[in-house]
Amino acid sequence: MYQVGNLVKKLSDKHGRKRESLMPILQGIVEKHNYLTDEAMVEVAKELDISAAEVYGTASFYTFLDTQVRGKYVIRVCKTITCSMKGKNEIIQTLEDILKIKVGETTSDKNFSLIETNCIGWCHKAPAILINEIPYTELTPEKIVEIIKGYLHK
Amino acid sequence: MERKGLNKVGLIFEKIDIKEVLTKTFNMSSNDIIQNILNSGLKGRGGAGFPTGLKWKYTAAEKELEKYVVCNADEGEPGTFKDREILDKVAYKVYGGMVIAGKAIGAKNGIVYLRGEYRFLLPQLMKELEAFHNLLDEIGFDFKIRYCLGSGAYICGEESALFESIQGDRGEPRNKPPYPTSSGVFGKPTTINNVETLVSAAMIIMHGAISYSQLGTTDSRGSKVFSVSGDTPTPGIFELELGMTVQEFVNEFGDGDTKAVQVGGASGFCVPRKKFQNTIIGFEGVPTGGSMKLFNSSRSMYNVLHNYLDFFAEESCGQCTPCRVGCQQLLKGVEKVKKGEAKSTYLNELVKLADTMKIASKCGLGQSVGNAFRTIVENFREEIIY
Amino acid sequence: MTINLNINDQKVSVPRGTTVLEAARKLNINIPTLCNHADLCVAGNCRVCVVEQKGARTLIAACAMPVSEGMDIYTNTLKVRNARKHIVELLLSEHRSDCTKCYKNQKCELQALANEFAFGDTIFLDLVEDHNYTIDRSSPSFIKDDSKCIRCQRCVRTCSELQYISAIAVSKKGSHQKISSFHNRPMSHVVCTNCGQCVNRCPTGALVEKTYIDQVWDAIYDTEKHVVVQTAPAVRVALGEDLGYDPGERVTGKMVTALKQLGIDSVLDTDFSADLTIMEEGTELLTRLKKALVDGDKNTVLPMFTSCSPGWIKFIEHKYPQFLPNLSTCKSPQQMFGALAKTFYAQKRHLDPSKIVSVSIMPCTAKKYEADRPEMRASGYKDIDFVLTTRELAVMIKQAGIDFRNLEPSRYDSVMGESTGAGVIFGATGGVMEAALRTAYEIVTGREVPFNNLNIIPARGMDGVKEATIKIEGCTGDWKFLEGVELKVAIAHGLTNANKVMKLVKSGKAAYHFIEIMACPGGCIGGGGQPIPTSMEIRKNRMKAIYSEDEHMVLRKSHENPEVIAIYKEFLGRPNSHLSHELLHTHYVERENY
Repeated sequence: MYQVGNLVKKLSDKHGRKRESLMPILQGIVEKHNYLTDEAMVEVAKELDISAAEVYGTASFYTFLDTQVRGKYVIRVCKTITCSMKGKNEIIQTLEDILKIKVGETTSDKNFSLIETNCIGWCHKAPAILINEIPYTELTPEKIVEIIKGYLHK
Repeated sequence: MERKGLNKVGLIFEKIDIKEVLTKTFNMSSNDIIQNILNSGLKGRGGAGFPTGLKWKYTAAEKELEKYVVCNADEGEPGTFKDREILDKVAYKVYGGMVIAGKAIGAKNGIVYLRGEYRFLLPQLMKELEAFHNLLDEIGFDFKIRYCLGSGAYICGEESALFESIQGDRGEPRNKPPYPTSSGVFGKPTTINNVETLVSAAMIIMHGAISYSQLGTTDSRGSKVFSVSGDTPTPGIFELELGMTVQEFVNEFGDGDTKAVQVGGASGFCVPRKKFQNTIIGFEGVPTGGSMKLFNSSRSMYNVLHNYLDFFAEESCGQCTPCRVGCQQLLKGVEKVKKGEAKSTYLNELVKLADTMKIASKCGLGQSVGNAFRTIVENFREEIIY
Repeated sequence: MTINLNINDQKVSVPRGTTVLEAARKLNINIPTLCNHADLCVAGNCRVCVVEQKGARTLIAACAMPVSEGMDIYTNTLKVRNARKHIVELLLSEHRSDCTKCYKNQKCELQALANEFAFGDTIFLDLVEDHNYTIDRSSPSFIKDDSKCIRCQRCVRTCSELQYISAIAVSKKGSHQKISSFHNRPMSHVVCTNCGQCVNRCPTGALVEKTYIDQVWDAIYDTEKHVVVQTAPAVRVALGEDLGYDPGERVTGKMVTALKQLGIDSVLDTDFSADLTIMEEGTELLTRLKKALVDGDKNTVLPMFTSCSPGWIKFIEHKYPQFLPNLSTCKSPQQMFGALAKTFYAQKRHLDPSKIVSVSIMPCTAKKYEADRPEMRASGYKDIDFVLTTRELAVMIKQAGIDFRNLEPSRYDSVMGESTGAGVIFGATGGVMEAALRTAYEIVTGREVPFNNLNIIPARGMDGVKEATIKIEGCTGDWKFLEGVELKVAIAHGLTNANKVMKLVKSGKAAYHFIEIMACPGGCIGGGGQPIPTSMEIRKNRMKAIYSEDEHMVLRKSHENPEVIAIYKEFLGRPNSHLSHELLHTHYVERENY
């Protein structure tokens, strides 16, 4: 993973090589590559001179710093109470149908991952999801189909 | 009990000339600022309600040269979304509040810890920050603000966990003491305030402590931004004077069939209909960081409880026994009771466990899991049992 | 500044910064603990030590709470008892409690707490079944069983604070939180040094040594097999702790008798090969110094590092592979012994080496790994067949029903049972350095090392990094080139200290000639295979015993060991000879840093 090495170097130059640089570096990798590969974590450990187990330990604490394969677009469906009350399950069902994957899975073309997440702060416009960092709110099955179509054409 | 009724206020989102406030601050002494905040009666708006002026006073008293102002924008409590709106609409007032705090405690550096879920706001916030920094230069303020981004961990809203996260570590709460005022981020004296608290502080400096303290009640001064959601025809963000009863709140926001209001999010309290009339929203009754969730009679309170417990079992940092294992026991326990695999009296054992979690957990998360558990089980027992 | 407080209505005055737990101990009030460990930073996460503070909203963790003036603490109120019972029961609910089958049965701190606070029916549901726990048996040194882990994080703190390596860390959160290697890779495939310090501090059976007791019993009962045992220097000063003695009691003679009673055919001493190591390593050092200082050989690097600690070897292979040429090529005493047991010893005793089972008793878990290294087959066989820790030997002695306390002491067998005080002190930090200097100085100058009674005090003690400079004067013969040279040496124990020295070396700021490094705190006396518990006080007692053993020896310099003299004469020729290189020296492997 020569490229990952370069990216990690670039990010370390930007954010520094102290322990406090770890989060922005990991966030930077996820932004570019959707998730943290083992190679990436080893590179980060090397740059920051910390143990790879600690990089993994820290990354795996944070829901958005995925250490499993994720697609280009990570769909996070809020499962906390209001979204749950206001039709989260229909949204999931619709997404599972159109993407042909289950929650926790990634499409074979590595375009989409579908996961559930805890409260994302849009309870007044439930149900809500994030696709990467972009929130989509007051969803209906029809609306979500249109949104995904938009991503398919990207 | 002192009551104020339901009054809408427009303080937090009021457009102001921040330069005016900053210039005023520039010419105030640290002591003046702290005295003003103390006089206003402002308490932390994140939920815990520690008097802001005291926090600043303690941090100001520390002799270290390097100190920090940290803005807690890791709004993760289920049902809270007001900080996002505040940052979206009046970020400059948040920055202003940080400068005021900085002047009060003698800090030159501010950090905004923004939850990862709000990353989409960052480009706009950075742009505003640049303009704000220019304004500081104009006035002659030596203060710099930077952003740190969370990555999806509810516990990082706990102040010491938030520091750990800024420092690049797992967001695990620290032992206290030492408190942030003496050893916060990077081990330096730190004042950490919620987004709304900082804006309130800016408004207090602008309008004066007296006009602020006339709002609200003795124990709960000022106004508060509420995040209203659930079974309500008008979900959204509302700034209200403190001191209303839950009944008054429900009259305004309910759908006519409200059976319970969850005040303060998953870590808050469930108020059933029969207690609406006698429960004040505020530090004399049920405190809240702003989350107000209404449930009508079509909702299963078992589902609500289960959802909260599932949330806590996942979002506990996992380091201390009562919280890590306790959350799992409560979750599995109510499941068993609901399925009839455990006797209904098992709920009494679980309430006792929740009480232990309240007094033996390391941080506020574990200590508050029992709030929702106890109040839902006590008031809606028939919905939990088989 | 003194702080006055009351605990259970008894007054106590302690210095500022003291914890409530420490203050209570001063009053002989016992507050139970679990995550707390004397060698490690305060975690305050198990919450077993919660106590009540008058006026406080919540209970407080005694281990983490500093005392404050006028504080009123109650350690045994109903509130405290109820919470403590809950906490212990919660821990039990996520712990696979197959106690009677567990290796740590009756040595488990959780079990002891359960015994006190949570006997009878538990009210909580079993959570073990909800987790997909794994048991990692990949390391030859230890087993990591997550189903018994209670997340006290002692192991994690040990691995980072004492050993710097952080091969394990806390991962995930909430109900998924666990102690993981890098992305849950097998422990055999990560930076783990197998030092076993985590094993030494794990309160439960989540981290235990991989035991070879049954294999050794099988060998003993196999009449075809000749079982030869070597015992490391640090074992004799610690074994007693597992057999009812206080830390620091020397039980050398009884241990030898016990081993004989177990049915071991020949009970020999690693001290012999420690002396041999000094001859080989001392010669290597002097040769290197000559090549570097006189011949100007660019391929000869200094400083030279000792190589007897397999945890340290694995550390440098992972973390500083560029310095592998600095490592002495000498095998550790265990492996020198092993290579000779199936060659020299077999010849002397007219034994078929394929029938020899070579067992070593070590204070160490990394030695189990070392014995498994592919390089360690110089004899044509696996040089060491089984490595047992001090703890495992104690288990065997108990299994055999031996009344250890009333044993008559006996002497080691021969050959390879003779030793000197220099070999003994290998077991403590600084000991290898001291032993090497005793011999090297004398080789070079013909005089004894200029320290009172041969005791090289600067090399001793528990300081993490020790330094000494020895001016070499009055050199004779071939060693004239060393005349007036100030030999600079450094000693480090515990890998965090080793790392400090390595950073210095890497930066070029330290001009050392010779560096001794032992992976474990205190050296082998604090090894991962030593009796549990461990603490600075316990290690100091063991260390005292080691030096006392040395003082009691007639021979205290490696080159005076008659068996060492004899083996060179009869078998090896001279130090660093061709045969020595074949049998007693080795090479190292660069490893990944994760």
